[in-house]
Amino acid sequence: MTMPAVQGYMYPNERELAWSILIVIYPYITGLVAGAFILASLERVFHVEAVKPTYRLALLTALAFLLVAPLPLQLHLGHPERSIEMYLTPHRTSAMAMFGFVYLWYLMAVLVLEIWLDFRADIVRAALAERGWRRWFYRVLTLGSYNISPRALAIDERAGYIVTVVGIPSALLLHGYVGFIFGSVKANPWWSSPLMPVVFIFSAMVSGIAAVLLIYMFTSWRRRCPIDMRCLDSIARYLLYTFLIDFSLEMLDLVHRIYEADESFRSLDFMLHTKLYLSQVVIQIYIGTLVPLALLALTQIVSLGVRHRKRIYALAASLALVGIFAMRWNVVIGGQLFSKSFLGYTTYKIGFVTREGLLPAIVLMLLPIPILWVLVKLLPPWPADTAAGASAAS
Amino acid sequence: MNITRRHLLLLFPAAAMSWESLQAGAPEQAPNYQMYKHWWGMLLDISKCIGCGNCVRACAAENNVPEGYFRTWVERYRVRDEDMPYPQVDSPDGGMHGFPALPAEPGVKEFFVPKMCNHCADSPCTQVCPVGATFITPDGVVLVDKEYCLGCRYCVQACPYGCRFFNPSTRTADKCTLCYHRITKGLTTACCEACPTGARQLADLKNPNDPIHAFMRTHSVQVLKPYLATGAKDFYYDLDGAVR
Amino acid sequence: MKPFGEAGHLLRVALVYALGVALFLIVRAILVPHSFGEFGYYRGRAIAQVAALPMHFAGHQACRSCHADVVALKRSGVHAGLHCEACHGPQAAHVANPAAVRPVLPRVATLCIRCHAYNPARPHSFPQIVVKQHDPGGLACNTCHQPHSPLQGFGKKT
Repeated sequence: MTMPAVQGYMYPNERELAWSILIVIYPYITGLVAGAFILASLERVFHVEAVKPTYRLALLTALAFLLVAPLPLQLHLGHPERSIEMYLTPHRTSAMAMFGFVYLWYLMAVLVLEIWLDFRADIVRAALAERGWRRWFYRVLTLGSYNISPRALAIDERAGYIVTVVGIPSALLLHGYVGFIFGSVKANPWWSSPLMPVVFIFSAMVSGIAAVLLIYMFTSWRRRCPIDMRCLDSIARYLLYTFLIDFSLEMLDLVHRIYEADESFRSLDFMLHTKLYLSQVVIQIYIGTLVPLALLALTQIVSLGVRHRKRIYALAASLALVGIFAMRWNVVIGGQLFSKSFLGYTTYKIGFVTREGLLPAIVLMLLPIPILWVLVKLLPPWPADTAAGASAAS
Repeated sequence: MNITRRHLLLLFPAAAMSWESLQAGAPEQAPNYQMYKHWWGMLLDISKCIGCGNCVRACAAENNVPEGYFRTWVERYRVRDEDMPYPQVDSPDGGMHGFPALPAEPGVKEFFVPKMCNHCADSPCTQVCPVGATFITPDGVVLVDKEYCLGCRYCVQACPYGCRFFNPSTRTADKCTLCYHRITKGLTTACCEACPTGARQLADLKNPNDPIHAFMRTHSVQVLKPYLATGAKDFYYDLDGAVR
Repeated sequence: MKPFGEAGHLLRVALVYALGVALFLIVRAILVPHSFGEFGYYRGRAIAQVAALPMHFAGHQACRSCHADVVALKRSGVHAGLHCEACHGPQAAHVANPAAVRPVLPRVATLCIRCHAYNPARPHSFPQIVVKQHDPGGLACNTCHQPHSPLQGFGKKT
């Protein structure tokens, strides 16, 4: 077998990375889910009216990504057919064991329920108006109840509110716990940090908000609808705030490591200057964080025209998505490039058309987009033309 | 009940798997072996290790360890006295074929360190297993259940000593079993069997007559990375501070 | 008639979810391995399965019943502490079937120097030779040394 190039000394079993790019994608995707949901909940719980146009779109985006989230994990497992064991015998002391339950809870008790409650009136109308298989599809979704009286809808609204309130801590749990999976590994000083879950949550919010902002701009452009600039400005402002918190936390972590300079410091410092220089310093910190922060701050300081603001927002959000992806990469891959003996470094060799290669990674990253497209077709999130869309389709 | 394995296979592959093991019948165990009467560890005497690689080859032969991965390996340390915290270490092929002599340098101390699973009493690897596919037995041996392991590799990440690996043929986590199939039959491990100098000694900490007790009373012994509080049970004699 | 009045559809959702949970509990009860939890949070039978793996090294106790003379010779010399399989390799198959499985003699040329070639990393008290100085003629080690008691006939401790 070919072994990756090693510099210095690695324990012999460490030369090959145990976690691949698929494990980079997983926290990236759950981050998008958590972030998109939190944005959606702003409207409902905190009554931020401005972001209302994106509320339903954000929910569907979250669902599309959440459906894909377990796939990279399944593909990574040595025995995917045994993953049911996560539900059968979850190990209490394992940070990973709760994954199955947290995932199911978030999917079924939060997202699906909230979407169902919110779209119920549309579903019932579609079940009555549609023909053929679509009619049956919507009929199943109604669960046999066609009651959309104002009183019933008011009850839905109330129930949806409760689900959202429960959903916010759930979203934080979903992603904070991913951070804990890394943060609790005492063997690995690059990961082991109580800040890890918090950093994961805030970076999740950054990526989720940026994704919804881009999707909203893109869908508006496709549908030739005018963009609600009040909404867009608000989203961009939230992006700036969460990004500032996220960046401060990450810098706090970095400064703390540099100042404490424990036994792992020489190793980690070496990595930052060599193997991770491009992905961490250049892409994550400069291009993926400082530039979008500066751009977003600019829109707050200088009053710019609508066209410029749109462009700046789109650019800043895209860079933020790149930056957060680089952050996941640097955590997952970076944490495995150095030896736990702190005496050497290995390299990550990524295949292309292999089980854990680049191609499946790209496919999995793009998969939520067609899923979102289907979801949007089935449950049009645009409030104005829901009925029009439904009748046009029939 | 009239459910066959085929029925379960239709429902769930995992079920078929457990069904199969259920029907296979319990394997034989040594008749007189009582798990609760033992607590296994290992004594590694660095002052005796000659870096011949016998242990690494013996382990591979006894346990079908796939090429390129190691349940035990030997490291050669070269420590410059003014640069103690940053030794030069090598382990070509895990030390399997011995170590070609390097020219002696003034001011450089050289020695070999045999490494293997520490069978930690508070092992981070069993802690993180999401499904209970790796565990410490009542007699203190950390094992992997190859019929139950998902192959998520969290345990590989959690081991501070680099003792675990992902076995590409079983697609599960793999590690030293302390030759559990031997020590439960009154034999010693393959690595101890093959060690020519007695640098490795299997130790039963619950057996008051085990020579480990006299040795530990009269010698300075140390475990690896004690600050991680893993409850490691590989006790090293003559361990240099440079060793990680 | 509308049970729960205007909130009847919520009851239906609750029922669907309750069904899901019930189904999960049933599936779980069926699928959890029988011996899980017997000794701890794992499949108890896994211990017996690992214990039943095949052996390749017979163990040093196995040799004496047939090779008492060699064992006695070895015991008298400096290789007393060595187990037979340290040099002869795994011989469980030979012990199980002595007539059919004949061990291959180790190659002296590579065997001895594996331990005894000089290496500065070896403990200084361990007997080592610089091969080119010790044996300029390229003779096999066992021309002079009896492998089971290598210092026999050298006037030192045998």
